[in-house]
Amino acid sequence: MNVIELDRVTLSIGGHSVLIDTSLAIKPGEFIGVLGPNGAGKTTLMRAILGLLPPSAGSIQVFGRPPQRGDRDIGYLPQVRTVLPDLRVRGRDFIASSVHGERWGVPSLKRAERVMIDDMLAAAGAGDLGRRPLSEMSGGERQRLLLAQALLGEPRLLLLDEPLISLDYRYQEAVIDLVRRFARERNITVLFSAHELNALIGALDRVLYLGNGRAALGTVEEVVTAPVLSQLYGADINVVRADGQIFVLSRGRSVEHAEHTHDESHDHGHDHGHRHA
Amino acid sequence: MAIAMLEYDFMRNAFVAAGVAAVVSGLVGYFLVLRGQTFAGHALGHIGFTGATGAVLLGIAPIWGLVGFTVAAGIGMGLLGERIGGRDVAIGVVLALALGFGLLFLHYYTAFATEVTALLFGNVLAVERSTIATLTGLAVVTLAGLAAIMRPLIFASLQPELAEAKGVPLRFVSTAFLAIVALAVSESAQIVGILLVFALMVGPPATAQRLVTGLWSGMALSAALALAEAWAGIAIAYQTDWPVSFCIALLSALGYFLTRGSVLPRARTKR
Repeated sequence: MNVIELDRVTLSIGGHSVLIDTSLAIKPGEFIGVLGPNGAGKTTLMRAILGLLPPSAGSIQVFGRPPQRGDRDIGYLPQVRTVLPDLRVRGRDFIASSVHGERWGVPSLKRAERVMIDDMLAAAGAGDLGRRPLSEMSGGERQRLLLAQALLGEPRLLLLDEPLISLDYRYQEAVIDLVRRFARERNITVLFSAHELNALIGALDRVLYLGNGRAALGTVEEVVTAPVLSQLYGADINVVRADGQIFVLSRGRSVEHAEHTHDESHDHGHDHGHRHA
Repeated sequence: MAIAMLEYDFMRNAFVAAGVAAVVSGLVGYFLVLRGQTFAGHALGHIGFTGATGAVLLGIAPIWGLVGFTVAAGIGMGLLGERIGGRDVAIGVVLALALGFGLLFLHYYTAFATEVTALLFGNVLAVERSTIATLTGLAVVTLAGLAAIMRPLIFASLQPELAEAKGVPLRFVSTAFLAIVALAVSESAQIVGILLVFALMVGPPATAQRLVTGLWSGMALSAALALAEAWAGIAIAYQTDWPVSFCIALLSALGYFLTRGSVLPRARTKR
């Protein structure tokens, strides 16, 4: 059975179609890198899988059923993380808020749930972060904490929306390694969206490129080619392979770096060490 | 001296009323500060002024005008949604209009000057036993409401995107919360007045968040600080003959700046 199945799906936001007549299937345990220009629908697709955005045409199946809001089988790390700059709440309480956070009443955690949080923090190498307030964490530390949170409750599908944003290279690798390791150990299917393909190349099984209302799913060799990407970007794209890295160029300039710098203006972070290579 | 102070009926009433309102303000205010919505709390107080003066004009007790207007305004603000950028401006415009109307109502009811001062700056020493019953009733409703939505409220305040994905009805939670804030503002206004509700609703929780980073410990400390500041304020006022609201506002500010001074530089260097 496929974990995610899109059958002739069209996704629209405010009358604008982000994804048009798209069909694809993702198998259990696959690590999918989700790439594409800004506004190509990476976040929109994840929101549709989460059941937050019903498709305007076609059907979506997640674990063989229509997407349901609050599906416990899905771990999610959203992109727009409105962390208040002055949030003096310790990491442990921060992620504990997500455990049955949708239930009414006064929060209370069972012993087993507290143990689960501590175990997960330790497994993600974030044990010390549980005691520190978010306002004192770096971008990388906060990301590690959020990743630990997304892994709580044994999800079978992980939707990670730009978890590498505003992280320096060292932290990027650590985050990818952590996700890869957890996914392999527990046979978790991963959708991992990113701006840069190269950071992910070693980890991913297939790549899902979005752009121009279309989607291309396949191995890097199949998808990251000049004809496919030119269609998705709606521009003349060159793909240059050198030194084990792949560079996606438009008129001689790296598409990914243009995207990346553009995105910084949306980032409210107080994060240092952003890579400007 | 403490015992002599409690020999008077009006002092005992003041301590009880201030205690009830302070605990409610400290607890609700903790979430107000956590969510970064202090301006909304401030605006609710101003809008309440219109309700209170309007109620007097109609021959109703001011507190019910205050409660009715602030709760309606809180629900209205919640329903307007999360577009925060435009919201502060909208709130500013609405609260100026509300104060304008309050003034208009006053204009038609000129014999009202002392009550206006009490509304704006509080008059806890004139609290009657019947008011205490009302305040306690309101406190029970407010805290019951807060307890009912607390879990999703915390989740939605800390991580709105994830909370939405997990099925928390964000708009309902934020609207219900603003209605609860409105009730707390009405309580707090009875003690320190509309213009000084921040002394009980923002000072103590902001101080608590400087001192502790746990949610439960933060809530408890916020309520304890609000209570301590309110009671100490009354005691100081009794000794000095300064206005009670001034003393509470002074203690609230002192607490906040003392903790800021000692904690912030350390936090900065870590970034």
